Amino acid sequence: MEEFYYSPEDLGKFGDIGKDAPDLAQKFFDYYGAVFAEGALTEREKSLIALAVAHTVQCPYCIDAYTRACLEKGSNLGEMTEALHVAAAIRGGASLVHGVQMRKVAEKLSL
Amino acid sequence: MGTDKPGLDMDTFSTTLLKHGLSLHHDVTETLQVNVGKLCNMACRHCHHEAGPDCSEIMSRDTMEEVVAYARRARFKTVDITGGAPELVPHIEYLVGNLAPLAPRVLFRTNLTAMWDHRRDWLPQLLKMHRVELVASLPSLNAGQAASQRGTGTLEKSLAMLRFLNELGFGREGSGLLLQLIVNPSGAFLPPGQRQQEIKFRHDLHRKEGIVFNDLLTIANVPLGRFRRWLESSGNFSGYMEKLSSSFNPATVPNLMCRSQVTVSWDGYVHDCDFNVADGLWHGPHRLHISSMPGGPIPGAPIATGEHCFACTAGAGSSCGGALAA
Repeated sequence: MEEFYYSPEDLGKFGDIGKDAPDLAQKFFDYYGAVFAEGALTEREKSLIALAVAHTVQCPYCIDAYTRACLEKGSNLGEMTEALHVAAAIRGGASLVHGVQMRKVAEKLSL
Repeated sequence: MGTDKPGLDMDTFSTTLLKHGLSLHHDVTETLQVNVGKLCNMACRHCHHEAGPDCSEIMSRDTMEEVVAYARRARFKTVDITGGAPELVPHIEYLVGNLAPLAPRVLFRTNLTAMWDHRRDWLPQLLKMHRVELVASLPSLNAGQAASQRGTGTLEKSLAMLRFLNELGFGREGSGLLLQLIVNPSGAFLPPGQRQQEIKFRHDLHRKEGIVFNDLLTIANVPLGRFRRWLESSGNFSGYMEKLSSSFNPATVPNLMCRSQVTVSWDGYVHDCDFNVADGLWHGPHRLHISSMPGGPIPGAPIATGEHCFACTAGAGSSCGGALAA
């Protein structure tokens, strides 16, 4: 039998996390629900942000959930792909901008 | 992915209604929907009719005359002409021209690309002359998704036709020529909120394409025909049906289009809605031809249902006239 650490069905069991700490779970899920409700940003915009962050933290559950959410909130594949490029640009940029540190150290050590 | 054959562990639609203490029957009929046939220039993957270029089912001139006579007898508030692609049906000008004086509101559903191919013909001018409302299908503003769903180059052609219609006055404020867009999902998921999608499409179409329209309606994909076969072959059928049934919203039931509508198929027979045409479900226990109908279905008459009805009651609800509940 094949076994995987991540299984799509497990996403539906997220609520089980409250079994041994119900008060904390309730606080978290209330907060979570409030965060994704329509506010200054639309639910669609928030889902796009969540999709990008999901790829940054590389959470398979979140990628599954927010791909579906983005489609159901009316985003198209072009918008979703651009959101990932924003995440990729920040991740790549965060690596590259540390090149400043590299250069500083190298300059100090070099003739 | 493997095939996903039906064998669902879920209540039927009629059982679901019973569990909620609801029943589905006709009210006063206000709308006559006329399906003029399955002939279409495209073969969209979401199509519940499996319409396409090779379909031979089209309404004859004799049946069109029966439809006009029925509309004269029954006096509907709205006449809704759909297909297939009505543009391709011979004598469609007869049907439009003779139905228009008989109802305060006449709708003509178009996939845009069929009309683009006939844009220099009489049709757009005829629709303008009779103040027919256009209901234009535009599932996605993403070229790749539109191509996958409807065929290569579909989005570009659709946008060109919308610009052409704007030039004629359709969709322009104050022209009296109404242009509605109808948006359905590009896959096995529910449509977005109708209001939010209208805001987005209005912004994107105006900013990027200079296109305007009056209203936008969202409609769910119905698990029949070509869409159902895709659901099954892609392994999405069970998940989609569970999504539809678990999203059943009893608040949609009083507003379902089938309560106030009668649909006539291309061969002149009476159905409770266009989806029932696709599923082969007729109105009442026996096949009825419109020539034998004195008026709309009798108020209180039952409506034939199937598992596809869950598509109209999921979430905010869905109909040929858009969402049904807040």
